[in-house]
Amino acid sequence: MKVLVPVKRVIDYNVKVRVKSDGSGVDLANVKMSMNPFDEIAVEEAIRLKEAGTADEVIAVSIGVKQAQETLRTALAMGADRAILVVAADDVHQDIEPLAVAKILAKVVEEEGAGLVLAGKQAIDNDMNATGQMLSALLGWSQATFASDLKIEGEHAVVTREVDGGLQTIKVKMPAIVTVDLRLNEPRYASLPNIMKAKKKPLDEKTAADYGIDVSPRLEVVKTSEPETRQAGEIVPDVDTLVAKLKEKGII
Amino acid sequence: MQFGLTDEQQMIVSTVRSFVEKEIYPYEAEVERTGEVPEELGQEIKRKTIELGFYACNFPEEVGGAGLSHLDFTLVERELGRGSMALTHFFGRPQNILMACKDEQRDRYLLPAVRGERMDALAMTEPDAGSDVRGMKCQAVRDGGDWVINGSKHFISGAEHADFFIVFVATGVDETPKGPKKRITSFLVDRGTPGFEVREGYRSVSHRGYKNCILYFDNCRLPDAQVLGAVDGGFDVMNEWLYATRLTVAAFSVGRARRCFDYALAYSAERKQFGQAIGKFQGVSFQVADMITEIDAADWLTLSAAWRLDQDLPSNREIASAKLYATEMLARVTDTTLQIYGGMGLMDDFPIERFWRDARVERIWDGTSEIQRHIISRDLLRPLGA
Ligand SMILES: Cc1cc2nc3c(=O)[nH]c(=O)nc-3n(C[C@H](O)[C@H](O)[C@H](O)COP(=O)(O)OP(=O)(O)OC[C@H]3O[C@@H](n4cnc5c(N)ncnc54)[C@H](O)[C@@H]3O)c2cc1C
Repeated sequence: MKVLVPVKRVIDYNVKVRVKSDGSGVDLANVKMSMNPFDEIAVEEAIRLKEAGTADEVIAVSIGVKQAQETLRTALAMGADRAILVVAADDVHQDIEPLAVAKILAKVVEEEGAGLVLAGKQAIDNDMNATGQMLSALLGWSQATFASDLKIEGEHAVVTREVDGGLQTIKVKMPAIVTVDLRLNEPRYASLPNIMKAKKKPLDEKTAADYGIDVSPRLEVVKTSEPETRQAGEIVPDVDTLVAKLKEKGII
Repeated sequence: MQFGLTDEQQMIVSTVRSFVEKEIYPYEAEVERTGEVPEELGQEIKRKTIELGFYACNFPEEVGGAGLSHLDFTLVERELGRGSMALTHFFGRPQNILMACKDEQRDRYLLPAVRGERMDALAMTEPDAGSDVRGMKCQAVRDGGDWVINGSKHFISGAEHADFFIVFVATGVDETPKGPKKRITSFLVDRGTPGFEVREGYRSVSHRGYKNCILYFDNCRLPDAQVLGAVDGGFDVMNEWLYATRLTVAAFSVGRARRCFDYALAYSAERKQFGQAIGKFQGVSFQVADMITEIDAADWLTLSAAWRLDQDLPSNREIASAKLYATEMLARVTDTTLQIYGGMGLMDDFPIERFWRDARVERIWDGTSEIQRHIISRDLLRPLGA
């Protein structure tokens, strides 16, 4: 079975995000970019499936600017077998919308004959949480979202999902799209030998046009603004004062 | 001229950076408080480093290392410099000088050191011979076919974890027109060799938990097989292999300064006095500007010295400049950061006071700043006859 893992190049989770002065979005010029952390978990899970003998090949795919090549090299250094870069934008500020990404992925899945897509549940840059679901609809495949545990049992995938209030275990028919949550695994570091090998692994470069997909935006960002700054706290000497204060403010 | 990192170098940097952030940072405060690295923790860091293929990555592939270039290895050292030295010690980088091992020395010392089975320490300094290495008193004399060593060494880093030691000892004196000149030989000495003892050393203000020990030799008998390099060739092995250690001190200083600077920058933007962020006062903002300028300068100086080594260009002076400038830069950056933090900078709630203390030794070990200036100036003036 081939496993396809879409990986997105996003602003590093450690970077303090700054809104562009015109409010059109977040400033991405000269900031550190990394692989979307949920995608890293998906890559890790795919490699584990391969190590367990369940998967034969792990293919990482990224859709976006040319610089996403770095993100793919990271996936290769973690242990993916090969990578496909679909160049769909020149400007680092242009985000490819979930529907366009899903359409391209659907083509790649067909072309590669993949039996499983492991994707992050969402990208941390715009939190759309849509690509996996759209891809499932386009392919007519089963979907299991927010996976915190995954087992492949013959023709089925058994997935534990993190839902409000607890865990839900579902069994879906393969082929399937599984989107992964934070607690599925802890991604490995790229080992030094694998970093050195990554360069020699194949990385195919395509364009959105190669798949005949129009990536022009359909959504319009009306405004981006900084979150409200937190109000300064107050240190109280003891529990009694705390209770009194809370009462005074009508909180209890 | 090309200043960017390759994809591989970028990945090396980010892997080591994440390793330090996840496997080292969380344990630093505890090491600092107790002055000790718990045995299991050290072994755990070592195990993970071996698993990642980074252990002894400074060694060539034919002996089991990763064969990194000087530049790549300098990037590794730079990222490790962010973390506590007591802990990153277990992210093992054995002494390059072990490449001088011959024949069965390779199986007993070099290869086990690269595999992480045996740890090494290097001993040159003595109470009466610091910068003046050749002034050492610790000596070995011939007795039958063996050598008998007497004397002591102090300030020996990593000795408490070491399974064996590379020890430089005087093995005779040559009369020269400039006066008597000692001949030096380096020996491989196993812990537990009769007549050899490792004792607890002094408590240092820098790098708590990264201890130094005192070594005593009392009629310690060693066969010829323990000589590393040639008899009386101690300075040759030293010159052939030890230059690179100074570069690691420069790289450490740059990495540490960057971590410290992140604190300074964030605090300048967050801390408010007189109704505004202190970074809005020119007195503070100009300090921020000077710090990053110096850090970048030291970074390029260090990387370019490493690059020169890779190109087989003469690099002795450039390495000395990098070591000198980077360590002095680190002293200024840690001191300025502490000043920006005000009183809180001195409290151990933040790592700033520790960065400041740690920085102090960098200007002393592996050749003091004065000795680096000596190397640099001799390199320039000697050819002019001055
Ligand atoms: C924590 C720690 C760990 C160490 N680890 C090791 C180790 O693992 N192995 C090892 O062998 N050594 C080790 N050292 C020793 C270290 O390399 C020496 O401390 C260093 O070389 C300086 O020697 P010294 O301390 O004896 O100072 P000295 O040489 O006595 O110098 C005293 C002062 O005189 C100055 N000075 C000396 N000569 C000159 C000159 N010609 N021109 C101008 N100024 C001069 C020096 O710069 C210094 O300011 C360690 C030291 C420390 C502090």
